[in-house]
Amino acid sequence: MAAEKMALAKAINESLRTALDADPKVLIMGEDVGKLGGVFRVTDGLQKDFGEERVIDTPLAESGIVGTAIGLALRGYRPVVEIQFDGFVFPAYDQIVTQLAKMHARALGKIKLPVVIRIPYGGGIGAVEHHSESPEALFAHVAGLKVVSPSNASDAYWMMQQAIQSDDPVIFFEPKRRYWDKAEVNTDAIPGPLHKARVVREGADLTLAAYGPMVKVCLEAAAAAEEEGKSIEVLDLRSMSPIDFDSVQASVEKTRRLVVVHEAPVFLGTGAEIAARITERCFYHLEAPVLRVGGYHAPYPPARLEEEYLPGLDRVLDAVDRSLAY
Amino acid sequence: MTVESTAARKPRSSAGTKSAASTGTTGTKSAGATGRKTAASKRTGAAAKKSPGTTGAGPELVQLLTPEGKRVKDATYDPYVADITPEDLRGLYRDMVLTRRFDAEATSLQRQGELGLWASLLGQEAAQIGSGRATREDDYVFPTYREHGVAWCRGVDPTNLLGMFRGVNNGGWDPNSNNFHLYTIVIGSQTLHATGYAMGVAKDGADSAVIAYFGDGASSQGDVAESFTFSAVYNAPVVFFCQNNQWAISEPTEKQTRVPLYQRAQGFGFPGVRVDGNDVLACLAVTKWALERARRGEGPTLVEAYTYRMGAHTTSDDPTKYRADEEREAWEAKDPILRLRTYLEASNHADEAFFAELEAESEALGKRVREVVRAMPDPDHFAIFENVYADGHALVDEERAQFAAYQASFADAGEGK
Repeated sequence: MAAEKMALAKAINESLRTALDADPKVLIMGEDVGKLGGVFRVTDGLQKDFGEERVIDTPLAESGIVGTAIGLALRGYRPVVEIQFDGFVFPAYDQIVTQLAKMHARALGKIKLPVVIRIPYGGGIGAVEHHSESPEALFAHVAGLKVVSPSNASDAYWMMQQAIQSDDPVIFFEPKRRYWDKAEVNTDAIPGPLHKARVVREGADLTLAAYGPMVKVCLEAAAAAEEEGKSIEVLDLRSMSPIDFDSVQASVEKTRRLVVVHEAPVFLGTGAEIAARITERCFYHLEAPVLRVGGYHAPYPPARLEEEYLPGLDRVLDAVDRSLAY
Repeated sequence: MTVESTAARKPRSSAGTKSAASTGTTGTKSAGATGRKTAASKRTGAAAKKSPGTTGAGPELVQLLTPEGKRVKDATYDPYVADITPEDLRGLYRDMVLTRRFDAEATSLQRQGELGLWASLLGQEAAQIGSGRATREDDYVFPTYREHGVAWCRGVDPTNLLGMFRGVNNGGWDPNSNNFHLYTIVIGSQTLHATGYAMGVAKDGADSAVIAYFGDGASSQGDVAESFTFSAVYNAPVVFFCQNNQWAISEPTEKQTRVPLYQRAQGFGFPGVRVDGNDVLACLAVTKWALERARRGEGPTLVEAYTYRMGAHTTSDDPTKYRADEEREAWEAKDPILRLRTYLEASNHADEAFFAELEAESEALGKRVREVVRAMPDPDHFAIFENVYADGHALVDEERAQFAAYQASFADAGEGK
């Protein structure tokens, strides 16, 4: 296939197809993932080509989906589970936190749990309640889980390949409002490490760190700032557990200013952890406190208010100005 | 009547011929596999009447050995213990006695401060040994935290079970060594793991079966209901073995359910059976029947072993606050070990020498367990960071290094003086 321009959802579809082809132990499980191809069509056509035994429509019970995926993993399978929407994952939270995350350690390393849990997350698509949340910090807080989120089609393809090959459980957050964004995907390329951050735009005056859907917003903000003569570096974190603090540190030692942007509420969020760690690591390099832009400590609002709730270009630029004002 | 699930019932690869033999319509049709035609049809008839899922009548208990130690006939389940020898019976007796001895030793070790906690199985020996001995080596067991008797049957070294109760690990054995999964403390969760594992067994075309243990308290958990749904829909080869020991810590079974638990299976489309959980023969027979159904591709079964938790929930519990002595006394009369001993003696299947030898073996086991536990070392401090991930994690590495530096700082301080 080599290089081809494709949408992020299609890139994940291709990645799942590649994995199903390469390893008979890979299974796809979830609600409506079969004939329908998932509500976002991410698994489109896979059941037709790989059959109902490998692309499995499940009962509508998230705890059951993850719990049986654990059992399948114990039998030697590599289940890739779809949770239909971010806000639907909580019935499975017990199985993920209490069982999936801890089982490898409880067995003193004798068993492995190669389960990938795909979760379309985030807002910006005008959805009803429970369809727009960003719960990544709730998973990153749990030892035993790895948490990643691609921001573009190429990463979506490769990070999914790497997540499926991982012997650890991976929570794979898919930026649903970017599902239709196209980018070049080179399926012959050699990808970098799954948990390594990437500088997606170089700059000298300030670092914007983001992941998933907010990378695009940060790139737009950097472009707008450039017109005002400000040189902004944008770092795509890609992984929320582990977080590549070394790359953040390297960038901040250069720019001396850091703003972290995510859709999730800022309180006790990924940005809070980054702010704390970078303050420790770069105390004498920082010209300004680490600032955070994100959601508020309120339930995700109804769709007509989500533009006010979500970090957008202006709120990111406002934070850039506040940081540069120190 | 077996309600067919919507999943296609393909014969499992290694059970193709057997499944052709069982074309009945009752939940207990597997009895036909013995090949004695007239008896089989009788059994089928009896089973149709007996099948708890269809009658909706009051609880009926499968029993092969009465509390008084009398062997009673049961057309449906006798075939599953038809080939049992006196030696086998002595073996079941030995299993129960040694399990009880081990359990008593663990309780003592907790009282002596050697264990932080112990969950006793006292009174549930027959349910566990009967069902445990029904499993085949390639079957897979998903226990709660009280399945010491099942662990014994699976060949797990009993001292391995004590690590988590002593606080030196959170599990501590390789589940694949004996196809015996780790103890699961959050109740009911393991029924889903068992179901998923069984789905994998079926995908592999193997004729192994899976058995999930849980209790009357866990029967209220959503995960148990979901495991019933998933196993029925996918026709998974799993047996749900519920030990209804009447008490979920302080809550009696009537706080969990308004119908006998085995009847829940009917609503999910598979058979449920209540068995005398203090009757090791009945537990063996019924579990064998259920496991064979699973092997033949006939899907899940719910077995409710009606038993009694003679002791406290755990060593932290005080049952005098919520239940009367008379209740325990009534159940003591139905003791699982006593009734098999009566039967062995009455049938001349065991002599005094056997019982004396077993007594000595019991004491030796107690002594070994005591010695192993007392010698069990505290884990290395760095075990905190071990096996958190299979492929490693940068934060764990960083914190391990910080911890090491902190620990080393004490050594440096000592050297400095």
